[in-house]
Amino acid sequence: MNFLGSSVLGAVFNLNHPAHTVDWSFIHMAVANVVVIVLMLVVFVLALLLPFPGAAHRRGGGS
Amino acid sequence: MSAAPPKPQRPSSWTVRVREAGVAALPPEKLLPDGQPTYVASWIYVFGVATIASLVVILISGSILALKGPAWWHYTGVGHFFNSIHMWAVELFFFVMVVHLWGKYWMAAWRGGRARVWMTGAVTFLIAIPTALTGYVSQQNFDAQWISTQAKDGLNSVGVGAFFNVTNFGQMYSYHVWLLPLAIVGLVAAHVLLVRNHGVVPPFDLDKRAAALSAAKPDADGPAAASTGGQS
Amino acid sequence: MSRLGGLLHPKDNTQPWKGRYAPYDLVKEASIAVGVIALLAVVLSVLFSSPDDKPSTIAQWSRDLPVNFVAAAAKQLDGTSGTAEYGPPYNHNSKGVNAWFLRPQKWLGVSHPINTANDFVIDPLKTVPDNPTLQSAIAQYQAAPEATQKAWGEAYAKPLEEYETALEEKKTPPKTVALDSTTGAVTVQASGAGPVPTLMTGLLDLAKSGGLDGSLLTSEQFFQTDYTKPLLFMADGGLLAERAEGQHLLGEQWGMMNETGSYPGQAWLWLYSLWYQVEPFKESANADILVMLMMSVLSLAFICVPFIPGVRGLPRKIPIYRLIWKEHYAAGSPPPPKA
Repeated sequence: MNFLGSSVLGAVFNLNHPAHTVDWSFIHMAVANVVVIVLMLVVFVLALLLPFPGAAHRRGGGS
Repeated sequence: MSAAPPKPQRPSSWTVRVREAGVAALPPEKLLPDGQPTYVASWIYVFGVATIASLVVILISGSILALKGPAWWHYTGVGHFFNSIHMWAVELFFFVMVVHLWGKYWMAAWRGGRARVWMTGAVTFLIAIPTALTGYVSQQNFDAQWISTQAKDGLNSVGVGAFFNVTNFGQMYSYHVWLLPLAIVGLVAAHVLLVRNHGVVPPFDLDKRAAALSAAKPDADGPAAASTGGQS
Repeated sequence: MSRLGGLLHPKDNTQPWKGRYAPYDLVKEASIAVGVIALLAVVLSVLFSSPDDKPSTIAQWSRDLPVNFVAAAAKQLDGTSGTAEYGPPYNHNSKGVNAWFLRPQKWLGVSHPINTANDFVIDPLKTVPDNPTLQSAIAQYQAAPEATQKAWGEAYAKPLEEYETALEEKKTPPKTVALDSTTGAVTVQASGAGPVPTLMTGLLDLAKSGGLDGSLLTSEQFFQTDYTKPLLFMADGGLLAERAEGQHLLGEQWGMMNETGSYPGQAWLWLYSLWYQVEPFKESANADILVMLMMSVLSLAFICVPFIPGVRGLPRKIPIYRLIWKEHYAAGSPPPPKA
């Protein structure tokens, strides 16, 4: 697959630079990890709140 | 007086016994049901299958990396791309697995004899951590050098380093590519089959709970419990 | 049931579901999930790729930080390096760490024996051809009694330690250690060091040529996959730690959770990393075993959540379940299933 040169497969955003950190008291966390954890909490809350499709089936359908 | 029915003879064939036990525990309609209880009505329920999906992407991308050997991804763009897929699939795997864990905890999903479902899930999470560690130390780059020389101290402190040497690339690669994924797949299979056997945990039964509470302690949860005594 | 049994197995009123079922296509759901996750992984790979910082070699270390290399090599020879004084599983020169009476590091014994003087210095130097001065220095060193070897080693190591300390404290380094910037040669003024200066110069030259990397790896046999010796030697020096600090990978930087560059790392190791930042673990020489024991207890508790009073009862008390099953509770008691 030589036509897929490294320029095509190279990253759009280059993350190969030293990380920024979130510093609070004794906590020093890399921004990327904080983003991941915050996203997990957001996704969890959204999963609880967003309506799940198929309500009509569950009300009237099924055996 | 009629005679007691004759006791069915236990088959002597191990094959028949295993088959009958399997079919009894998981008849086809339980193994692959085409319906779910109506309370399965929340997006939180998709995070279990999302974890399995992430595992599938990890295994496929990992297999391609294994096909070409551990050095491939360092010197080809395609190899680096499959390494990236493998790495991001691992991030996604832990992401969705932990959201699944949060959901199951707040549902108290171990109820109704489902303790083993919880326990197999917990062990899967705990085994996934050394699976990731063996992957990190198999990268054959600076990250692998640093992680292995640091992780050895924690493992040596509890004696595990005596037989699990993170600086031994050959050993770590073997654990990562075969032994630990085998354990993970086995645990996930057991976990899913237990869920199919027991069914998805039902909601907390507020009506019965309210009745039990009001019988035992008149002032406990009274107003809230009364308002949930709904009718269809 | 016994009292303990009653505590571990509370009254669980959960009944099998007797209500309605609705169509739910598990195979389609799984197929869609695989497609979505695969697409997400590909998109993230296209956007961000993955890190691949090149590994360090002993050759690079000896060329970029020659004084640091010679200081580390001198400690390997006189048995005062981190690896030399580690204890099991590498040697018996220390009892290792402990948590009260628990000494698993000692109990599991020496499974990967390393004698730093021989394995890291003498044996690699013996492979250097056509250098009679070096070979006679090796012979002189090996023939000397242990006390003499120790005295030579200490005499040579002292000016190097003073040099390294001055650099750490950002003070002017002593003139007893000189680095020739054109040749990369290190000269240590130390009287009473015997053949040690010749050995160290020989090892620095072997390292710069790449021969030490190869020698440490293939000393037992040609085919090798065990990088323990070159990694431990490098970890005793400053190069790996210097690179790690730049990438926020040190312990006090919560490094266990981090990846090189700005990539997400191992967020799931947050609790394991946290203990190392707080007392009594932070300043303890036994931090590793104490943190491991703490995490083992917590992991066991995590597995046994269904049996732990209080923890297992929390989901009822904090009704997040009302959001998950809001449709079910809004519908009221389930009618019996249709015949």
